[in-house]
Parts: sequence; C-alpha cells; structure tokens
Amino acid sequence: MKILALDSSGLVASVALAEDDNLLGEYTVNYKKTHSQTLLPMLDALGQMVELDLTTLDAIAVAAGPGSFTGLRIGVATAKGIGLALDKPLVAVFTVDALAYNLWGSPGVVCPLMDARRGQVYTGLYAFAEGQLEVLCPAEAVALEEIAEECNRRGKSVTFLGDGVPVYRERLEELLQVPHLYAPAHMNKQRAASVAALGMEKFRRGESVSARDLAPVYLRLSQAERERAQREQMAAREAGQ
Amino acid sequence: MEEKKDILILAIESSCDETAAAVVKNGREVLSNIISSQIKLHELYGGVVPEIASRKHVEKINPVIEEALKEAGVTLEDIDAIGVTYGPGLVGALLVGVAEAKAISYAKGIPLVGVHHIEGHVSANYIENKDLEPPFLCLIVSGGHTHLVVVKDYGEFEILGRTQDDAAGEAFDKVARAIGLGYPGGPKIDKLSREGNPDAIVFPKGKIEDRPYDFSFSGVKSAVLNYLNKARMQGEEICQADVAASFQKAVVEVLVEHAMLACENLGMKKLALAGGVASNGTLRKAMEEACRERGISFHRPSPIFCTDNAAMIGAAAYYEYKKGVRSGLDLNAMPNLKLGER
Repeated sequence: MKILALDSSGLVASVALAEDDNLLGEYTVNYKKTHSQTLLPMLDALGQMVELDLTTLDAIAVAAGPGSFTGLRIGVATAKGIGLALDKPLVAVFTVDALAYNLWGSPGVVCPLMDARRGQVYTGLYAFAEGQLEVLCPAEAVALEEIAEECNRRGKSVTFLGDGVPVYRERLEELLQVPHLYAPAHMNKQRAASVAALGMEKFRRGESVSARDLAPVYLRLSQAERERAQREQMAAREAGQ
Repeated sequence: MEEKKDILILAIESSCDETAAAVVKNGREVLSNIISSQIKLHELYGGVVPEIASRKHVEKINPVIEEALKEAGVTLEDIDAIGVTYGPGLVGALLVGVAEAKAISYAKGIPLVGVHHIEGHVSANYIENKDLEPPFLCLIVSGGHTHLVVVKDYGEFEILGRTQDDAAGEAFDKVARAIGLGYPGGPKIDKLSREGNPDAIVFPKGKIEDRPYDFSFSGVKSAVLNYLNKARMQGEEICQADVAASFQKAVVEVLVEHAMLACENLGMKKLALAGGVASNGTLRKAMEEACRERGISFHRPSPIFCTDNAAMIGAAAYYEYKKGVRSGLDLNAMPNLKLGER
C-alpha cells in the first residue's frame, strides 16, 4: 500500500511517501513560511528522487487540522487537487495526532502544542499502549493553563513537542507539577512521515473520504463569525432581561 | 502537416467570493462556466469576510471543477492547459485556487498558466464579441478596480488612468450601506435608481485636475454621506431612490466622459467595458449612447461574464498560453499584483 502525505499546518512544510512499512522518502523544511511556493516543488523533487508514479498511489493523507488556517488550506487544496486529478481517496489526519505519532512508543503522556494565538494552543493528550496510539484528550483549542492542569491531574510524566513549545515553555515551567521533557529537534515538529504512517492505519480501517468531501479541521470559527455570535448572545441576553 | 488542434483551457477563479471553474475552447468559446457564489453568506456581514470566503472556496472548489468538466463533456485528458487567477485579490482566497490548480497540473502533467484577474475581466469581452481584437480602449470597473487602459495586444496594457482612492464599485457599496440598501451595493443602487430622479441632487464628479483620465470617487461618496447627515440632523426625510439615482449619475458621467476623452485623443474606434460594475444598466446605456454618437463600436460582456467568473480567466489564459507563458509549481498568490506585471 502506497500513501502520499502532506503537512503544511504550521511552520514546517513536509511531504512524504510511504509504502507499507517503508518510508520511501520524506522532505521536510522548517525555513520561512512560504508553503504555497514550496510544498508542490518539494513533492515534485521527492517524486523524482524515488521515481514516483502517482497512479500507483492508494491514497493521499493530509494533515487536515488544527493549525494555521491558510497553511491547512494549502495542504488540503493540494491534496484535493491531486485526488481530483487522479481519482484517489484522501485521508484526513489530525495534525496533533500526527505530531504525537512522531514520539511513537514514548512512555507516559505525549502532549503536542501548536501555537494557536490569543493565549491558546492546539493540543491533545496521547499515550502509547502496545504500540497503538491512544487518544486521551482529542484535538482541541484551549488555554495553555487548561492543558497544563489536565497534565497535572493525570500525574504522569509528559513529553511536549510542537511549535508551541518555544512560545510557551517558560509559562509551562511555572504551571507544571509533573515530571516533563521536551522532544529534540529531529522529532519535535510536523513530519509528513507521521501523517503517512497514521494515514495508512486510518486508510486500512476504511477511514478515507473522497477528494470532494475532505475538509480542513479548523476547530475554530472565523473571527467575524465569533464576533457575530457574541453580538447575538448579548442581544439575546438583553432581550431576556 | 499537423492539423491545427483546438486548445482547451480549464480555468479556475477564486480571488474573492465566487468559486468558479470553466472550460474554454480557443479562448472564445465557453463550453462550461460554473460559478458558486457566496454572496448570501457575506450579506450577513455587510461585505466579504476573507476567512469565510477562503473556507467556502475549499469546500466548493472540487465540485465546481468537476461540474465544469462534466458540463463541457470533457475530462482532464482533453485539457491543454490550466489557467488560474493568481492575483490580485484576497490572498487566502487566491491560495485555494492556486494550490488546487498547481496540484492538478502536477498530477496530470498539464501546463499551468497564472492569470491576472483584471486581464481576465478584459478578456471576457472576447467571449461574445468574436471579432473584437486589440487594440481597443477598455474601462475596467469593479469593486476593487477602476482602470482606463489601452489594450495594445492580448495581455498587453497601457494604463491611461486609474482611481486615486475608492474603486467605483467600492463607492457603490459604501453609498448603498449608508442609505440602508446593504451589500452588494452595485446591483441594489442600479435597481433602486430606476425609481429615482437622477437630477434631484447634484453630487460632485470625481475628476482630478491636470489628470484627465484619473478618477476619484471618495469625494462623491463623502458628498452623499454629508447630504445624508445633514438631512438627518434637520429631521428631513430622504428619498433613497433619488439619492441612489443622483449618486449613480455622478459616477457614470465621469466614467463616460473620461472614456470618450481617451477615445478622442487617441483616435480609438473600439471601446469595451469590463468588471462587475460593467453590469450596471445606467453605465451600459450611457456608454453605448456616447459611443454611438461618436461612431465608436461598443462592447461589453453579458452580466454573467462581468461578475467574477472563470470563463474570462480561460479566455485570458488561452492568449497567454499561445504566447508561451507557463507558470511553475512555485506559482504563488499575489494579492497586490499590478496590471501588466507578472
């Protein structure tokens, strides 16, 4: 089974090609955020290197969210375009799930942190049981304090990773009461290889969608919608008084 | 000798609030033209919300492309090139179309041609006016642009004049909001104006001294706002239709005058309208009359090709493709792309 994987959800742009238990190639760049210009040339370069025949793909996996709205759309629209052109199914992988999968087999709890701005992080809590990724808390957008408290409550050691770590590390140190570690450079950011590996598992379980139906997972309304909902709530409250 | 083959372009447009795809044959024949409009969504906010537009584009882009291919009765195997709008426009919105077009181009090995949105609007005129060829004068009027240009050749422009502040369509939107008509302003003002007296109020024309081809619409917009404020303060009832008709007259008159002056000075015998505001009934009528009086042939696209659409992008892409223009897989969205730049 051959899976192409894309991740442009954060600072990193990454493409990977996996066949069963083999990673045929991965191209990951964490240098300026110009995913629109780099993602497809990266895929093209990787494809040439491993003599990829796109028609032999079984599916295309993409980090569908959460993450940078624009970044997600670049990855998702690229996946949708390839899926449309080749009539291939797509697999949506949660960005934070894939990040956790970077640390496959870690003891204790794994906690990816992506900077979501406005004092929040995109995060989740994970553990590995007999080699399987176990989702303790699914992907969500919450305040750093909230996820730190959840870590404390569980009382287990935690490994943190993601582009939210450098942003929030100082604050984390103040909040955490459990032993904790930070993942090193080769595994602490998005890697499409993890999206491919998780994507392959999901595809085997039949969790694929058509290129037409795949949608980004934003976990957040747009600002305009949020403000409008607030206004309506306030109006309703005033009307109720 | 090889027989001359038809060139089929699959075109994609997502620069603002319409997700659109089309298949165009030889730059002039539209085999399909699918537009998914988001106007209803944005009406709630009184204007286009970029993030909402971008989200909707991702949702609609595949169905719209599939429908365009299906309606044209072709598959990607038949397509010679993919044309895509890469600017100007909303960056998040543009990126969806650009990423999708590049992915299809890559996956199928189909040449890619990045198209300037405004060049698309100009090229909309080629679709229904089979004999129209450059050079001609073109007045481009939309929500984001007001340009008076000489189309010297396909894809080659000399800009004579432009707005120094608001675009014509933008002024329509702002005035519509001020008199309580809502978004989108252009069509609503156009409709209401038919019931009003265009000579009821005299609003200033958007001329600029010593720059005979340039426009300024913030003055007339402010004059309308001042008029409304004054009426409100004095407790006078305003006649929406009269305000709309008088405002529209002020805008249309200056557009026509500048276009006619350019035709006269440059000896142009062909004039075309382009852009969303080219649908405005009063503008079309006034421009047509002015052209007829001077023996200038007048061209304008049907409303369906005036609004943002992909058929016009296909028309523009065809001529760029013929010139040998190709875009790479690193094509990026250019929200501020200037006319004539690549």
